[in-house]
Amino acid sequence: MGSLSQYTDIYRDHREALDGHSDPVINAMRAEAYEALKGKELPDRHTEGYEKTSIEEMMAPDFGLNINRVNIPVDVAASFHCGVPNMSTLLGIVVNDSFHPVGTMLSRLPDGVIYGSLAKAAAEHPELVGRYYGKVASLDSATTALNTMLVQDGVFIYVPKSVALEKPLQLVNIFSSPTPLMAIRRVLIVMEEGASAQLLVCDHTQDCAQKYLSSQIVEIALNANSRLDYYDLEESGEGTARCSSIYARQESGSSLLINGMTLSCGNTRNDYAIEIAGDGCDTLLAGMAIASGHQHIDNNSSVNHRGSHCHSRQLFKYVLDDDASGAFEGGIVVNEGAVMTEAYQSDRNLLASTGAKMHTKPQLLIYCDDVKCSHGATTGQLDQEALFYMRSRGIGEKMARTMLMQAFMSEVIDTVRMEGLRERLHMLVEKRFHGQQSFCGDCASGCASVKKQ
Amino acid sequence: MSEDNQNINKPGNNDDIIKNVTGDDYKYGFVTDIDTDVIPKGLNEDVVRLISKKKNEPEWLLEFRLEAYRHWLTLKMPEWAHLDVPPIDYQAISYYAAPRKKEGPKSLDEVDPELLDTFNKLGIPLQEQKALSGMAVDAVMDSVSVKTTHKEKLAELGVIFCSFSEAVKDYPDLVKRYLGSVVSYRDNFFAALNSAVFSDGSFVYIPKGVRCPMELSTYFRINAAGTGQFERTLIVADDDAYVSYLEGCTAPMRDENQLHAAIVEIVVEDRAEVKYSTVQNWYAGDKDGNGGVYNFVTKRGLCRGDYSKLSWTQVETGSAITWKYPSCILQGEGSVGEFYSVAVTRNYQQADTGTKMIHAGRNTRSTIVSKGISAGHSQNSYRGLVKVLPNADGCRNYTQCDSLLLSSTCGAHTFPYIDVLNDTAVVEHEATTSKISEDQVFYCNQRGIPTEEAIGLIVNGYAKEVMNKLPMEFAVEAQRLLQVTLEGSVG
Repeated sequence: MGSLSQYTDIYRDHREALDGHSDPVINAMRAEAYEALKGKELPDRHTEGYEKTSIEEMMAPDFGLNINRVNIPVDVAASFHCGVPNMSTLLGIVVNDSFHPVGTMLSRLPDGVIYGSLAKAAAEHPELVGRYYGKVASLDSATTALNTMLVQDGVFIYVPKSVALEKPLQLVNIFSSPTPLMAIRRVLIVMEEGASAQLLVCDHTQDCAQKYLSSQIVEIALNANSRLDYYDLEESGEGTARCSSIYARQESGSSLLINGMTLSCGNTRNDYAIEIAGDGCDTLLAGMAIASGHQHIDNNSSVNHRGSHCHSRQLFKYVLDDDASGAFEGGIVVNEGAVMTEAYQSDRNLLASTGAKMHTKPQLLIYCDDVKCSHGATTGQLDQEALFYMRSRGIGEKMARTMLMQAFMSEVIDTVRMEGLRERLHMLVEKRFHGQQSFCGDCASGCASVKKQ
Repeated sequence: MSEDNQNINKPGNNDDIIKNVTGDDYKYGFVTDIDTDVIPKGLNEDVVRLISKKKNEPEWLLEFRLEAYRHWLTLKMPEWAHLDVPPIDYQAISYYAAPRKKEGPKSLDEVDPELLDTFNKLGIPLQEQKALSGMAVDAVMDSVSVKTTHKEKLAELGVIFCSFSEAVKDYPDLVKRYLGSVVSYRDNFFAALNSAVFSDGSFVYIPKGVRCPMELSTYFRINAAGTGQFERTLIVADDDAYVSYLEGCTAPMRDENQLHAAIVEIVVEDRAEVKYSTVQNWYAGDKDGNGGVYNFVTKRGLCRGDYSKLSWTQVETGSAITWKYPSCILQGEGSVGEFYSVAVTRNYQQADTGTKMIHAGRNTRSTIVSKGISAGHSQNSYRGLVKVLPNADGCRNYTQCDSLLLSSTCGAHTFPYIDVLNDTAVVEHEATTSKISEDQVFYCNQRGIPTEEAIGLIVNGYAKEVMNKLPMEFAVEAQRLLQVTLEGSVG
């Protein structure tokens, strides 16, 4: 038996406790997910698409689950403040899976906008949450079903019709627990017609030595002509395992940008499943991964075109050092009837040491003839000639290498539409390549303070 | 055939064109009425023993078969390919069918005239007088080698080119040494099946320093109904040798599906070069997708020697379902692997084909150029692996996969796997998918070239990069095949 049974057992044994803490909207899906999991196993290395990351192994250790909603006291204000210069955000903090607004954030939200705990929203707006919850994500995936079966809280973001949020939303996920913990988190984002917003999500670990596992499902529903920029920045510790899936469905004329950046991590698996249901949509999916030590990053993307006249672009870049390993599997699916689709995908990887490994599997599945699709993948090293050029002009080898790697990554950073964040990212990446822990200078999250000591 | 097409075709009328093309007859779909020795359907250890006995095989080969058979029993048919394979009843296939003969033919006069007729129809220069075309041919009908030409001339140079069963008899040491050394019977489901029941095939040995003066060629044909074809080809190029090997295949038209599960093993020693070209034109089923050959083939070459070179070129137009990945294991330092492929699918054909390049030696290089053309309701996939092992410093790979879509109901897919375990490797992959550009067609139209011809022109240009790699004799045939398959199939 695989490790899935330990989770289904928890559900069977603690069903009442789980249901008791949540609302019917969430509980109904819970039962459905339990049914969907019957006869399933968590994907392991023999599962197509998971060759390099075994979710089975990732979830096998005995992690604690906070079923009884024991409050883990964290002084939110003291443990974290993030000062990206020239950027003021509406900040919320998620400790493990429970949401805490910071400062006067809630009072500064425009009318009708909801940004807060998912459990609370399910209680206050059951009809709204019920309309979207579990509708974008697919229970066919065992990891998604597992999350749906056990989830208790998370974040709900709702932007009403034609509302454009000027200030970016920021969400900081912090792991904090005295024991090995599995945090099961759910994020639901609903953009009504013509709405627009920007969201920055930062993942932090408070105690880098502690073992954490995060199971996170993000559902994004983009209604007609809405727009969302989603930046996902992971800076976690070696002991953190992350299993994250972002599902998005785009209706006609909507625009979506997702940029997933992994600066430091333990064992990370990111899934992106974007369904383009409407016509004339625009999608940009970018990813950046910098890994060293024994870090492992696996990104798996699928952009599924159903509407016509859509444009999608994927750009993933990896720099792998030491014994780090990276994996990328990216798919473009163009269904019958999705005419005039333009879909591009590019994956570029740098191996900076002899121990680094990269596995790439870009895929195209095209069922329609009036399309333009391409993908490109390269794996290699820094251009020796460029390196020589710089050295012949008096730049030390280490410096030259760092500069070239930074330049390599700038293509991904340049997709960021928030200027302040872009600058900050350039700085973070530079620091990262200089071998420093990549925490932000002003960030006082626990992870950083541990390192500082 | 192509002339008929042109008569019917009215340029610009796509419906007519499609009907015309899909209505094309499969030219090789005749059945030869010769006496065939078919063993009862089904597969068990006794059948394996019976095949071995019929072929007077030595004990070690029987053991090899039995081990393979026992291993096959433990395996399940692979399902990862992007194919929709109906369940195959392995007990409903006859595993041995041979043209019945009293003794092995001594000269052409003794060969069954019906049989000669068959190969004449196929345009194979089996007869010695046609030898001027400069090709040595081994013809394999229903998995048994019928006649090998030019043997004497080749023997002068020490080149061995004979049927597999002869090789087992005459050169057991060589066969024993190389059989299963590249494709082990444990390799995959179909390789295990083939290892258990293979009936014949070709054996080629090029001794040290010999440059084979002519193209070696094998024609495979399935004739009998209800049979599968399981042949095995083994090519060994010793140090500094060179050989160019061609392979062609056809089958009669039948409503049922026939199974073809072959193995090709190639060993390339120091500085040797092997060029392996295939024009695969098994019966592809009718326009509704009934019948056709299931082509599940394992082809692999081992570049064992330093600076050796192996080049695969394939033109795939036939088969209802193709599952085929000619591969190179680049073990020797500086060895080179190449793969050039044109795969055409139409009607309800399905193809999942590509290559594997395993870089195990230092400074090894590989090039992959794959051109897919899909029409009708077909599904055409490229699936390839490029793997660079940790100790293989300085490797280089370039992969290019292009797909051309000729109808709105077909599919073109690309699944490259790139595993790089060494930081000095440079691996590039590029793939594009598109339909024929209207601008290009318009440009041709403007200059008085009808749409029909313009498409032919564009497709030919598209496939040229691969066609150029084929030996002359095959290039002509391949081009003709492309024409038959493609002319006008534009949606």
